[in-house]
Amino acid sequence: MRKLVIALAGLTATAVAVSPALAQGTVKVGLVMEYSGQFADAATQLDNGIKLYMKKHGDTVAGKKIEIIRKDVGGPAPDVSKRLAQELVVRDNADILAGFVLTPNALSASDVSEQAKKFMVIMNAATSIITTKSNYSVRSSLTLPQVCATFGTWAHKNGTRKVYTMASDYGPGHDCEGAFSNAFKAAGGEIVGAVRMPVANPDFSAFVQRAKDINPESIFIFVPGGAQPAALGKALAERGVDPKKIKVMGTGEVTDDSALKNMGDDALGILTAWHYDHNHDSKMNKEFVAAYKKEYGGLNPNFFAVGGYDGMHLIYEALKKTGGKTDGDALINAAKGMKWESPRGTMSIDPETRDVVQTVYIRRVQKVGGTNVNVEFDKVVDVKDPVKAAMKK
Amino acid sequence: MIGPVIGVLFDGFAYGMLLFLLSVGLSVTLGMMNFVNLAHCAFAMLGAYVTVFLMNDLKWPFLATLPFAFLAAAFVSVLLERTLYRRLYRASDLDQVLLTIGLAFVSVAVAAYIFGTVLQPVQMPPYLRGSFNVMGVNFAVYRLFLVAVALAITLILVLTLEYTRFGAQVRAAVDNQRMARGLGINVDGAFAVTFALGSGLAGLGGALAIEIVGLDPSFAFIYLVYVLIVVSVGGLGSIGGSFLAASLIGISDVAGKYYVPELGAFLIYLVMILLLMWRPAGLFGRR
Repeated sequence: MRKLVIALAGLTATAVAVSPALAQGTVKVGLVMEYSGQFADAATQLDNGIKLYMKKHGDTVAGKKIEIIRKDVGGPAPDVSKRLAQELVVRDNADILAGFVLTPNALSASDVSEQAKKFMVIMNAATSIITTKSNYSVRSSLTLPQVCATFGTWAHKNGTRKVYTMASDYGPGHDCEGAFSNAFKAAGGEIVGAVRMPVANPDFSAFVQRAKDINPESIFIFVPGGAQPAALGKALAERGVDPKKIKVMGTGEVTDDSALKNMGDDALGILTAWHYDHNHDSKMNKEFVAAYKKEYGGLNPNFFAVGGYDGMHLIYEALKKTGGKTDGDALINAAKGMKWESPRGTMSIDPETRDVVQTVYIRRVQKVGGTNVNVEFDKVVDVKDPVKAAMKK
Repeated sequence: MIGPVIGVLFDGFAYGMLLFLLSVGLSVTLGMMNFVNLAHCAFAMLGAYVTVFLMNDLKWPFLATLPFAFLAAAFVSVLLERTLYRRLYRASDLDQVLLTIGLAFVSVAVAAYIFGTVLQPVQMPPYLRGSFNVMGVNFAVYRLFLVAVALAITLILVLTLEYTRFGAQVRAAVDNQRMARGLGINVDGAFAVTFALGSGLAGLGGALAIEIVGLDPSFAFIYLVYVLIVVSVGGLGSIGGSFLAASLIGISDVAGKYYVPELGAFLIYLVMILLLMWRPAGLFGRR
């Protein structure tokens, strides 16, 4: 009995001694991501970016240890995402919410961030309005209109006059198509036709045939990353839509690494606008790509990975600024206006909208040293999200 | 004006043939053995991964990988049939559904574990790429190839089931199991071979589908819906029914996307509903 009492007393003592130290000494980052299901690949890449950043910069910031708690949403499931965010805040005492590959998941978790006043870093989800849903959220990835509207204006400036648009029939697709078309028309161009394709769509042949029969001067494409870009690219080639004759334009997903590998030489000449590619020529990016490849079996990092990497950078730097304080107000104020050098180039957080400001690169698929890559040949610097800029007016 | 119509019919037919290859195995097992196998597309995925592995890692030519896609899927399915499926032949539909959908989930996780979640890169040999023009109509070479394979397989299947001793045994076992056993037919064996055949065909279909739709671990689920539509519209156990249903679904899908893109991919569901209202047991359903 005596032994037991001593043991108990000892335990209590350690518990008392340890727990405040633990609470002071760690910052818990709750990641809500789509680790399983259709978007597992995106989440994996994003997570790799996070892990790589932590490996390079250590897991201690401003005297505090960073602890990552991972939660799997399993796909587009806003209710699950919200529940997980709640659990993270209430049960796991997470200080920061982060991750979010998909827009609906980011939107629903924003409520939790707003009510609990928790700093939230959106590392991928790219619909414009997400950051308006919580005053404590920032974005480290991109907004689709940022890329698409920029591309619309650029296309007209560089001689394109008539465009046929093909976009996936869901939120981001509407977002991007709308931004592109509006910017293109505002510049004086003409949209000769538009088609919206179902998101769950295995066979593109009919849509491509329809586009080809209209024989437009150029085609603008938005499809979600994953299996679709390659399938669409193959359909283009199969139908004889030659990027050298009909200008094919799209967002970065259309010519990401796996899509390029699948399309082969049929992809040559496709124009895309995007904020990151592993071929981006800078010392920092070369190091980033080399480290990433070494760590993850020779895979090139993509925009998901860089979103996670920069998101982690944002968390680290914000914590440094607050001296380790983790309350939402302190962190969000630290993040506002922050500017840094990322593998993708210079980027910053707009102090007004808390959204990402960055360079949009215009690239063309070319053969370099025997492989097809996206070659940057033009860029538009310091692009803000056009939707929120328009909302303000 | 006639050009696009023929083009759409051809594309739709070719897409239908792909659906046919993927679903005919399920139709056979579901109709003949009365077993609800929702893991059917997992076998298709297995075949597809075998092809990708042989092509990319061992540098085999595409055509040479196809028999192995068939064999691998058939072999694994027999293994599962002998160890798991056969225990549930007399169980309720719900039990069968639970087991097989579980297997499908497992297959997705296994594929993601082994091959990663990335889209598998595959490049067809040059002679299967591109397209040619006949009187203003665009024919894609790969789709012609698909149609040819599907027609050949239909022929072989029909001939096997109708005119061989094995086919007669299978049909006898389906019609009256007890009587068939009484006559000395090895019913278990016949079912195992039928099951392997069906899954093998799925494996082949999966391998052929990569070029059109790509391959990642979600394959086992994405196609399940289409396959179930084809099987239910065609009527259980009917090869001719599956063939007709797959063609109809394929053509209406492509035609819908071409002529009324606003309806998008919804049209095939509409077609399915109308057909099933007209013939609840499917086009060639016997029950």
